[in-house]
Amino acid sequence: MSARRPFRWHIVVFLAPAVLIYTAIMILPLFGTLNLSLMAREGGERVFVGLRNFGVLFGDPRWSASFWNALGNNAWFFLVHMLVQNPIGVALAALLSSPRLRMAAFYRTAIFIPTILSFVVVGFVWKLILSPIWGIAPGMLDAVGLRWLFAPWLGREETALTTLALISVWQFVGIPMMLIYAALLSIPDEVIEAAEMDGITGWSQFWKIKLPLILPAIGIISVLTFVGNFNAFDLIYVSQGALAGPNGATDILGTFLYRTFFGFQLQLGDPHMGATIATAMFGIILVGVCLYLFAIQTRLRRYQF
Amino acid sequence: MTRTLTLALLAGTTLGGMAAAQDVTLTIESWRNDDLTIWQSQIIPAFEAAHPGIKVNFAPTAPAEYNAVLNSKLDAGSAGDLITCRPFDASLELYNKGQLADLTDLAAMANFSDVAKSAWQTDDGATTFCVPMASVIHGFIYNRTAFEELGLEPPETVDEFYAVLDAIREEGSYIPMAMGTADQWEAATMGYQNIGPNYWKGEDGRRALIDGEASLTDEAWVKPFRQLARWRDYLGDGFEAQTYPDSQNLFTLGRAAIYPAGSWEIGVFTPQIEGAFEMGAFPPPVAAAGDTCYISDHTDIALGLNPASPNADAARTFLEWVGSAEFATLYANALPGFFSLNSAAVEMEDPLAQEFVSWRERCEPTIRSTYQILSRGTPNLENETWTASANVITGAETPEDAAARLQEGLESWYQPAQ
Amino acid sequence: MAARRPLARSIAAHAVLILYTLIALFPVFVIVINSFKSRRAIFAEPLALPTADSFDLVGYRTVLAQGDFVLYFQNSMIVTLVSLFLVLLFGAMAAFALSEYRFRGNSLVGLYLALGIMIPIRLGTVAILQLMVASGLVNTLTALILVYTAQGLPLAVFILSEFMRGVSDDLKNAGRIDGLSEYRIFFRLVLPLVRPAMATVAVFTMIPIWNDLWFPLILAPSEATKTLTLGSQVFIGQFVTNWNAVLAALSLAILPVLVLYLIFSRQLIRGITAGAVK
Repeated sequence: MSARRPFRWHIVVFLAPAVLIYTAIMILPLFGTLNLSLMAREGGERVFVGLRNFGVLFGDPRWSASFWNALGNNAWFFLVHMLVQNPIGVALAALLSSPRLRMAAFYRTAIFIPTILSFVVVGFVWKLILSPIWGIAPGMLDAVGLRWLFAPWLGREETALTTLALISVWQFVGIPMMLIYAALLSIPDEVIEAAEMDGITGWSQFWKIKLPLILPAIGIISVLTFVGNFNAFDLIYVSQGALAGPNGATDILGTFLYRTFFGFQLQLGDPHMGATIATAMFGIILVGVCLYLFAIQTRLRRYQF
Repeated sequence: MTRTLTLALLAGTTLGGMAAAQDVTLTIESWRNDDLTIWQSQIIPAFEAAHPGIKVNFAPTAPAEYNAVLNSKLDAGSAGDLITCRPFDASLELYNKGQLADLTDLAAMANFSDVAKSAWQTDDGATTFCVPMASVIHGFIYNRTAFEELGLEPPETVDEFYAVLDAIREEGSYIPMAMGTADQWEAATMGYQNIGPNYWKGEDGRRALIDGEASLTDEAWVKPFRQLARWRDYLGDGFEAQTYPDSQNLFTLGRAAIYPAGSWEIGVFTPQIEGAFEMGAFPPPVAAAGDTCYISDHTDIALGLNPASPNADAARTFLEWVGSAEFATLYANALPGFFSLNSAAVEMEDPLAQEFVSWRERCEPTIRSTYQILSRGTPNLENETWTASANVITGAETPEDAAARLQEGLESWYQPAQ
Repeated sequence: MAARRPLARSIAAHAVLILYTLIALFPVFVIVINSFKSRRAIFAEPLALPTADSFDLVGYRTVLAQGDFVLYFQNSMIVTLVSLFLVLLFGAMAAFALSEYRFRGNSLVGLYLALGIMIPIRLGTVAILQLMVASGLVNTLTALILVYTAQGLPLAVFILSEFMRGVSDDLKNAGRIDGLSEYRIFFRLVLPLVRPAMATVAVFTMIPIWNDLWFPLILAPSEATKTLTLGSQVFIGQFVTNWNAVLAALSLAILPVLVLYLIFSRQLIRGITAGAVK
């Protein structure tokens, strides 16, 4: 058809500001850093060493043990979010979007509040609540006769990571809730009315009609959760420190990277190994996102209203 | 002058326009955010009064972020004029990278002994790059009021130590010892490095380890871990999730009787206790009465010069002052528990600080075993010691396993240890 | 009979929502009430409301004596609002280009812009700082605004382009037939339709900017450019046991962002209801 149409300048105008700022402030510095993974410091000089750092990261048992430990913990962290955060988010959004619900605005605002808090606040307050010493959680469990259930969860290897993942779920459940809520509200009334005409109501209406319509939103949430979790750092850092104790049980890729890149206590920062870990993380996330973009997103059916 | 000012603005070291034309403003990078008010109300005014034309701005960062923030600023060229130096390798690395200036020729350096300077020198001792400010001493702080109430005396030997702990536990009104493993750092620093010197014989043991003559699996190095494992029974409920501030609060609220301490706690504890009870201190207990005692008298903090500083002359003036007896007295009294490294004798008013410093006369001082040279590689011995000490207390690892793991890690990169 | 089921369901819905609201708000409640109590009362009864006996403002006095919090607040506001505006404007423009036009390299540009959500920007710190030193922007709010704009764009483009794909083609084509330029179609037709998504992106973008500690610490630590989060950071270090001050600082950090959120939340509701064209 229009094999030769005039150059569409407006596309450039629309893209330019975002691409320019983003390239200058984010991409160039970041790739400058990732580039360090191909170099090492030898006798005060920075020299190109190819993939040697990756050889160390995956080949040296000390490095690789830390890496796989962090990756495994990270996978579990992500799994907890997918299994707990997103279903709760969808359920809350479904409840909130039911018509004629009073005080919906209040609930929605209140449930989103944890999300606006800084990690410092979240880490501090949950440590305070779960502290075996100051006794908010033990006291409350005691009041309902369940004192025996209490354990210093954040201090035990078996429970610390799951506890932190649940704290993170508590903090971020507002995000899936908001996105799904917006998606649910944009389903036209006609669709719902037509379903009601056919006698499809309540839960079956949600499963058969609404859920397929909000699948693209659930897709976005899943990929955002994936990216967010594999980049997570602050909550663990604030509540468990850079060493991510007890005994490395809560060490995820973000804390491992921070320790290596910036150094910690007597451990000097190693920008080269740090960049190597960052590149590996970047690779993992990129694969995940591409999987979503090319395998899932293109197959999701979209409905225009 | 204009050029210097422009440079200063570019380097981001002055508060644009606030300094009057003739004034030079020096910015100090530090991790001591707890000391902010003391610098602002006592130390800086004393300096500024004696040195008109030089203004000083103390700009601390939280301790956990200090290294990362400082290194980023130094790499990019926006760091302050004066840099608070961590001991040993962290600062040595900065000096090697040209990010700390050589201060060997500073007149005030004559006021410090070689030992005092050792933490901020090149390995051959030829160059010194920071002016030593203070050391901290480990020991145990106890609730003297509680001890009197229970009829207890501060212990001298290990057996007495456990007898006291048993007595407190049996009586039941106090948690015998305030310590947790959540922060790991506490277990390693207040535990292992506190009692350890008595077992590895202070400097002798530390140097033998560096020379590769001793191994972390030797009895002298495993025994402190065995002691830590015994401590488990005397800690509070849920100590696994107890953080460092939790421990401090347990003690200052009068709920715990003994606190394995660093002397810097004196300045923090005194105002928080508000006279509710009396504190005392005893050094780490020895095996048998009359044994030589060893204490960790750790060179902890110093001040260096950023070679990129446009105000190097003023900064050197300040550093000379930091090396003076006047500063030593001012600092040691403003921050009881930070002991001056200056050769000049310093009069301290705080009785608890006096108690700590009196141990220097009867015990052999040493520094923390992991700080010099041994934490240069991967895995990092200091970090591994944190995890090991916490693991031994919680029972996640036996003392022998922990020691073997540390030694194996050290051998993997440290030639003399192999 | 028929009326009972919806009633029961509505009660159940409220019960679930109230329960979750309590879970969400309880920790905030704990911080705020304890910030008004004396040190001993905090530890003795952390759940008790402040009483005449235990009421103490010492934490707030300590914190407020430590700096010009009105100025810090103003800095935080400027940085957050300007960055937010730039992220929304530039992000929506780019998202529109990506979702609306088919052109060579479309998916590549999309992927390129999405790279930024995959690497923590903190890693580029040294290069960013060097850039700011070279351009003389250290200790200016501009430096922070630039960084936050760059940091917020990827997510904004990602979410907005997904939502813009849902905007009816018929509507846009009708606009084109009426002779509207592409710019008008974007500003007049599409933007109003994606307001709910814009409000959502606004909230998501605002939070990390307001709460960020790292870049203010590195790029703009001077007294004149300190943000509120940085200003209250002094009280939240490893060696800090002054819980009165910590709790007061945390409460002071929560309140402004809460107010800001409540304002946006209004817009959000209005945006969502207006945008849901039925």
